[in-house]
Amino acid sequence: MQNVKIHVYEANFDVGEEYRYLADDAKFGAVVTFTGLVRELQSGKLTAMTLEHYPAMTEKALAAIVSEAQERWPLGRVTVIHRVGRLTLNEQIVFVGVASAHRNAAFAAAEFIMDFLKTRAPFWKKEHTNDGDYWVTAKTSDEQAAQRWQANKDALDNEG
Amino acid sequence: MIKVLFFAVLRERLGTSEVAVEDFHGSTVADLIQHLEQRSLKWHQELASQDVLAAVNQQLVSHTYVIEAGDEVAFFPPVTGG
Repeated sequence: MQNVKIHVYEANFDVGEEYRYLADDAKFGAVVTFTGLVRELQSGKLTAMTLEHYPAMTEKALAAIVSEAQERWPLGRVTVIHRVGRLTLNEQIVFVGVASAHRNAAFAAAEFIMDFLKTRAPFWKKEHTNDGDYWVTAKTSDEQAAQRWQANKDALDNEG
Repeated sequence: MIKVLFFAVLRERLGTSEVAVEDFHGSTVADLIQHLEQRSLKWHQELASQDVLAAVNQQLVSHTYVIEAGDEVAFFPPVTGG
């Protein structure tokens, strides 16, 4: 896909470098970026987490999500980076960056990509805590966040 | 033959990341799950959960999807990346 950068790997990423790449096209005046970090648990016992994925499927799933975003909004460059392997507290996990002509599309597309990444891309987190290791279970709120985009689309289709 | 992969908590609980299924005569993902459930009580318990997601040839599918010989099928829990 043209203008789309998708990476899944263990290495860290540099948000400044990714931003400069997204911003380097004068046709697009808005860049929205999101960075997700390893967050402390309420119990304060998290030491690290391990991200597992389904290598053959991951990039395909992310590309499909980006492609759907491109159908909904006029986008410039789009970058999705997701790290895998062991990550410690406060480390960067995920980056989504979207360029568009105007801010509305850039904000919406970045949120759309994150919502679907969290519910459709084959990644699984295991938390390592002082009390043992636990697989993170999926949140209903994440599924609801993804589903509201379908509701939005149905409403728009009905208006049309 | 069908290659069947397992990920995350499912992989750990079943104690395997991959099995080859030679003698599968069903048609859908749901049929394959039923077939695998016959392996043992543990397999039955783990795979009978409503929460098991399926992908065929790296695409998420519903349990009514029809599997062909040579397909790569994967089972996994709801995803938690991001």
